[in-house]
Amino acid sequence: MSVQAIIEAKAVSKWYGQFHALKDINLTVHKGERIVICGPSGSGKSTLIRCFNRLEAHQEGDIVINGIALHGKMNNVAAVRSNVGMVFQHFNLFPHMTVLMNCMAGPMWVKGVSAAEARKTALQFLERVRIPEQANKFPVQLSGGQQQRVAIARSLCMKPDVMLFDEPTSALDPEMVSEVLETMTGLARDGMTMVCVTHEMGFARAVADRVIFMDAGQIVEEGTPDEFFARPRHARTKLFLSQILKH
Amino acid sequence: MLYPDTVEAEVLVHKPWFVATMFGVVLLVFMAFNLSGTGFAELMRPVIGEPSTSGLYGRFAIGFAIAVIFTLNVVLIGFAPLKLQIGIVWLELLLLFIAFFETFHLSLPFIREKLPFLISQGVVTTLYVSAISIVIASVIAVAGAVAKLSSNGFAYAIASFYTSFFRGLPLLMQVYLIYLGLPQLGFVINAVPAGILALSLCYGAYMTEIFRSGIQSIDRGQWEASRSMGFGFALTMRRIILPQALPVIIPPTGNQFISMLKDSSLVSVIGVWELMFLARTLGQKTFQHMEMLISAAMIYWVLSICLELIQSRIERHYARSKVR
Repeated sequence: MSVQAIIEAKAVSKWYGQFHALKDINLTVHKGERIVICGPSGSGKSTLIRCFNRLEAHQEGDIVINGIALHGKMNNVAAVRSNVGMVFQHFNLFPHMTVLMNCMAGPMWVKGVSAAEARKTALQFLERVRIPEQANKFPVQLSGGQQQRVAIARSLCMKPDVMLFDEPTSALDPEMVSEVLETMTGLARDGMTMVCVTHEMGFARAVADRVIFMDAGQIVEEGTPDEFFARPRHARTKLFLSQILKH
Repeated sequence: MLYPDTVEAEVLVHKPWFVATMFGVVLLVFMAFNLSGTGFAELMRPVIGEPSTSGLYGRFAIGFAIAVIFTLNVVLIGFAPLKLQIGIVWLELLLLFIAFFETFHLSLPFIREKLPFLISQGVVTTLYVSAISIVIASVIAVAGAVAKLSSNGFAYAIASFYTSFFRGLPLLMQVYLIYLGLPQLGFVINAVPAGILALSLCYGAYMTEIFRSGIQSIDRGQWEASRSMGFGFALTMRRIILPQALPVIIPPTGNQFISMLKDSSLVSVIGVWELMFLARTLGQKTFQHMEMLISAAMIYWVLSICLELIQSRIERHYARSKVR
């Protein structure tokens, strides 16, 4: 294969106690690819991407990130995690630090970058998400949309090879969704490898290379946005699409 | 302060029923005591004649006068703005206390003579014993809290045994156990280190629980965000979790500091020359116990007030990231 695979999941299974949360998941994400994962709540979408930086443990199968296999006894998990950016539904910014410090912390403390260098990078990415003027405020002083953009900038400051988005717009007021989606679209245009769990079908249609539909812990269907939206093959996919596109 | 309503109710102390009730209660209470022998009764002589023979009428007149003064005072304070109200009430309560101490007929020259030593020896010892104990207790508390939250069986067992034991025994008993018990094992320990050890271990146990609940109060998302950026456990704890837990930890910890300052008086039983010890011994020779005890009490109070002020400053500092 000519293009390098960044995420490789092979026959991944995960249980929460008796509950089988992920069933035999196979997924490869190549460099520069944009993947959107959708599905009903409880289908395992978030669990899956949380396995990609080992916030969750999988019990069977293999997950390989940039050539490094994830497992419970690994001693270089920090190296993998600092290379995989993650954006959360509830932002999870550090409330006791300024916006700028939120962005500088990772590079300084994990990668040992000098403060001046980290500051430069942070300002550059805050510029990129179009909120450089908020750099010295605290997260609570920002709107939800701004906070999420800071969270994106914070992840970007680590210069990750792939960005994971866990329902980044679900906790936002409707009018703030678009500013976050525009930021994400901009990232995609610049060639960032992305895996997004989202219900924003407009975003999926415009940006995704592949759309993946999950239900009950399984990948039910995957395809290009054109195929996926125009000609869904499975009954479950059709039902889901009819439900969310009805309005 | 509680979250105030936007609808203003009439001030309680201006409601007629409240004023009347207050007046009645004060009148009855002061009628119940026979105040005819006091200075206040002497002041009333023009109205009631010879106080000792004034009888029921005298009692009523005295009670009535006190009730009028009391009620008028409260109603007038009700008109003042909030800050002034608080100030006046503090001042009046303080004056009442001073009046109470007046009744002991304290010998001020004696206090003046002994006070320098009480401060240079007693306060200094009390302060350094408490300060060292507080620092050690805080270190124990962080370690204990982490151990109690860990999945390591040994760490959890040791930490929970420790908190259970030292919270379960009276502090006085711990002071004795350490001072008299350790020599049995061959460690002869001086009084001051023994006292510091007992205080640190006891307060470390209480503060372990405070720190644990503070750490647990931080949202799981903070751990996830830290992990997702590659922060290790120690880094996450030191830079992300503890700084956020501090505003939760500080008010109860301030309480602990204040109560530690006063509980340091317990080490006087093993002969440490701190404030309480000196207060008891300095007055003994001339039977001037109250002079020294009241002086020491006032010193403890002033020290506690200083700690309260420091605590509120720190609380304000940490409230910074919460203001919009």
